Amino acid sequence: MDTADKERIVCAVAETIIASADELTALDQAIGDGDHGINMKRGFEAVLADLPRLAAKPLPDMAKALGMALVMKVGGASGPLYGTLMMEFAKTIPDTPTRADAVASFGRAIEAVKARGKSEPGQKTMLDVLVPVHAALTDGADAEAVKTAASAAADRTIPLRAIRGRASFLGERSIGHMDPGARSSALILSALADALEG
Amino acid sequence: MAPDGMVGIVIVSHSPKVAEGAADMVRQMVGDAVPLAWTGGDPGGGLGTDIARIIAAIDAAWSEAGVAILVDLGGAETNSEMAVEMIEESRRGRVVICNAPVVEGAVIAATEASGGSSLEAVKSAAEELYVQ
Repeated sequence: MDTADKERIVCAVAETIIASADELTALDQAIGDGDHGINMKRGFEAVLADLPRLAAKPLPDMAKALGMALVMKVGGASGPLYGTLMMEFAKTIPDTPTRADAVASFGRAIEAVKARGKSEPGQKTMLDVLVPVHAALTDGADAEAVKTAASAAADRTIPLRAIRGRASFLGERSIGHMDPGARSSALILSALADALEG
Repeated sequence: MAPDGMVGIVIVSHSPKVAEGAADMVRQMVGDAVPLAWTGGDPGGGLGTDIARIIAAIDAAWSEAGVAILVDLGGAETNSEMAVEMIEESRRGRVVICNAPVVEGAVIAATEASGGSSLEAVKSAAEELYVQ
């Protein structure tokens, strides 16, 4: 993976999130505090502004720097959660990873997100997408299968009752809405799957 | 009085107005004796919290006796945890996040701190508010 590849892949993810900011904010207005789209957009705009410098780094350093940018710029709880995902991924990913390396590092990064958010799957969070997509990747999913798994997993958060995060204040009333963090995770993973296969 | 001075208090709210208002109430209770800092608002100026400013607040309220952080909602807690992990290593073990309501917790924690109590005592005084 050369600098141009890294630039293209990060750009694809950032542009997807920026283009979806209104949708994420609308989901968050239903069950949260209505800032998820704005926060994620701010984080990924900061990433884009720094893209040439980021993409020139070796993969682990780039992942760490991306994570730090999200931690410092996003503002809501999603900043430390996505930042932790990237920074933990950075700790174990080799400079030129095999697919198996990447899936293993992604799995360890998900464990760190669980610890950071004191959460487990089934509580209407981003974990409800990250965990099943990781399972699909472990089973050999290609880009199409990743996108299908991510989208189906985000849909499955609709009937869940929120236990963690702001939406948990709503209790039963959180049922019937897709979790915004699950949706942003599905968007990121789908954009990543397409960009990596492209 | 503890040999290391009084425990510092940091107030972290999504709203700078809430954080500043809580700090005003603390000051009225304990005066200027207790090291105190507050922060609120996200990096873009909206409601939220900002790790860089939480780190700056910990520095501003730093005491060798430690610092107790009071937070309001989920993101403030997560961002404060992240901030604690990012400060210099020698200080990390002396910063705690209290599981307490932000306004009442800050006032009780500061009152406890003003008597020269340890960091553990300050934290438990604030956290007792939730078990009553």
